[in-house]
Amino acid sequence: MTSATSRASSQPRPTHPAPHGKLDSRPKPAPPAGAPVRVTGAQALVRSLESLGAEVVFGIPGGTILPAYDPLLDSTKVRHVLVRHEQGAGHAATGYAQATGKVGVCMATSGPGATNLVTPIADAHMDSVPMVAITGQQTRALIGSDAFQEADICGITMPITKHNFLVTEPADIPQAIAEAFHLARTGRPGPVLVDIPKDVLQETTSYSWPPEMHLPGYRPTLRPHGKQVREAAKLMTTSRRPVLYVGGGVIKSEASAELTELAELTGIPVVTTLMARGAFPDSHPQHLGMPGMHGTVAAVAAMQRSDLLISLGARFDDRVTGQLSTFAQDATVVHADIDPAEISKNRKADVPIVGDCREILAELISEVRAEIDQSGRPDFDAWWTQVGAWRDTYPPGYEWPSDGTLSPQYVIERLGKLAGPDAIYTAGVGQHQMWAAQFIGYERPNTWINSGGLGTMGFAVPAAMGAQFAFPDRPVWAIDGDGCFQMTCQELATCAIEGAPIKVAVINNGNLGMVRQWQNLFYAERYSNTDLGTHMHRIPDFTLLAESMGCAGLRCDTQEGVDTAIQRAMEINDRPVVIDFLVGKDAQVWPMVAAGTGNDEIMAARGIRPLFDDDEV
Amino acid sequence: MSTHTLSVLVENKPGVLARVAGLFSRRGFNIDSLAVGPTENPEISRMTIVVAVEELPLEQVTKQLNKLVNVIKIVELEEPSSVQRELLLAKIRADATVRSQVLEIVDLFRAKVVDVSPEAVTIEATGPVDKINALLRMLEPYGIRELVQSGMVAVGRGPRSITGTSTR
Repeated sequence: MTSATSRASSQPRPTHPAPHGKLDSRPKPAPPAGAPVRVTGAQALVRSLESLGAEVVFGIPGGTILPAYDPLLDSTKVRHVLVRHEQGAGHAATGYAQATGKVGVCMATSGPGATNLVTPIADAHMDSVPMVAITGQQTRALIGSDAFQEADICGITMPITKHNFLVTEPADIPQAIAEAFHLARTGRPGPVLVDIPKDVLQETTSYSWPPEMHLPGYRPTLRPHGKQVREAAKLMTTSRRPVLYVGGGVIKSEASAELTELAELTGIPVVTTLMARGAFPDSHPQHLGMPGMHGTVAAVAAMQRSDLLISLGARFDDRVTGQLSTFAQDATVVHADIDPAEISKNRKADVPIVGDCREILAELISEVRAEIDQSGRPDFDAWWTQVGAWRDTYPPGYEWPSDGTLSPQYVIERLGKLAGPDAIYTAGVGQHQMWAAQFIGYERPNTWINSGGLGTMGFAVPAAMGAQFAFPDRPVWAIDGDGCFQMTCQELATCAIEGAPIKVAVINNGNLGMVRQWQNLFYAERYSNTDLGTHMHRIPDFTLLAESMGCAGLRCDTQEGVDTAIQRAMEINDRPVVIDFLVGKDAQVWPMVAAGTGNDEIMAARGIRPLFDDDEV
Repeated sequence: MSTHTLSVLVENKPGVLARVAGLFSRRGFNIDSLAVGPTENPEISRMTIVVAVEELPLEQVTKQLNKLVNVIKIVELEEPSSVQRELLLAKIRADATVRSQVLEIVDLFRAKVVDVSPEAVTIEATGPVDKINALLRMLEPYGIRELVQSGMVAVGRGPRSITGTSTR
């Protein structure tokens, strides 16, 4: 049947014959490795997770997933972290995955437990995060009857998962879990959900590892087509105004070293998208910064005026291209991505390359080298003169608020300087996220973790928790807004109790800052429902809130106090720290390309449009 | 907009139809017709999907469909190089005064009468879409009381099979 979920029969299944109490004095030989053993479905699940190398599972138990939590108690390999809300479990799994490149695992019960995972699953789907979500489900006989805590989570998550499974036989559990991990981490990574009815977890089955995987329709292309690579290499050495447009795929494929090699080999300017911050060192002279709605003038302008865009693991998102019809109109497009569906989805690719970014880059390097050996290194001096002029005229910067309040950009800039490039930074969504992307220098991949595609407020704290469990000895900073922080701050209790001493910098401007910025710019300064009262009423008091959850709470509202507060936080490592940075509410994120307009209309600051009458190269 | 016929081989598993249908609706593509059934391999089902889209969106549909883990293979079947058929069952108002006229049309189109009563005949017809449409136009004046169509199924001409290599 392809049309409907097959209802499990309510007939009792034949069970394995009980072991006979036969007296046998001879010692039994130990079963060979991989030989089937009798276990419950729940034990099969935990053993599968162990065999796949899952170190941490974030979750909350409940009615239908209860059987799985029993063997989990005995596992010495899988640590379970009891979170406060399933959304926290999901984002923690993402934080873990984004920091390590490994699969992040979260677990929840049926019904509301599972639906609380929907936001982090959608988030992971948009940002191609390898995640496996395991949910309990009502017993097979009750599925479809609106039973207590029943939700069709496979149906609900169909559009927001790479794939999902409803396991209907205990014997299928190892295969489902193995396939889920395989799907999550290979090809274009993504979230996979495995829904397991309670009675399937309880029933006895035979377990052996490894199970056979059967995915006849799943064959991701890793090796690029040689002809396309040669074509791209030719274009890279013959173009006049090329730009390497680097997306999150370069981090996912662990191709930073190859990227740097190619960039230095060719001398082509590099831009890194919000998902790719850290893929290429910010300190590198060829780095123009982040493109897009709040990108640097140099990055946006270079793409707009380019004659060749080499897109690596990026997807021409609307936040990068602005109005598509006026985006980089003179550019020939080389589009390299592991997902064929991304190629020519938004912008027609002239040279499509399907494959893993690292393999593509490795082949590009050797082809470009061959081109250079034959016809010399390309001369991009004129291009660099133009690009350098943009960069020098419009460097990233900010002005101090005129009302004497603390500048949020200054706080974030100092944090980046003091915590350094080895720290891991997470962010929520909004102004603080953009400033964290702009004003922190990222030198290594997997050090910047944020919610790019879905734009999930509340991402920072649980994601930082996940990253901290992955790297207990590295500093992990959550840069959060006061709006975001109040969505998921309950996970600080988890951090305090389970031993994840994350550090949270709340950039507290008392408002939903990004929304307020848009109201200021596009809604005639009519501030509808953006004042959270965190300034006016000091509700909640973030330092007291932090202390009530076993964290240290610090506050800072002066420029002089910023370094002291950050240093104080860096000295506390036995519990999480929250710093309430009281900043002005009128600071804005610049540069900006207003939504729906073309990138030519980028404003370096209010009213300053660098590209409107510039001279072409 | 032009019409395209996609033959989609999928794993015969629960929920696959929902995945395919859901993909079309969320990406904003309309399905003109969809027929699904088993193939010579019991583990594989075949969907024939007719969509009205331009060339570029069609490429997106195909790529997005290919991303579904349960989708094994997609082939576009073009009109001259494939056989495309629909099945029609129609209940036509036909009392004694017009029955012979109705039967004459049925014969002309090599359709069959599968049920008859004093006021109506039920006919069965198979054929390509334009033949079915022509038959319906001829029968319309007599009064169509009930109509059901299968959706198109299609297979490529010649000895080659699209299921051959992928399913073994």
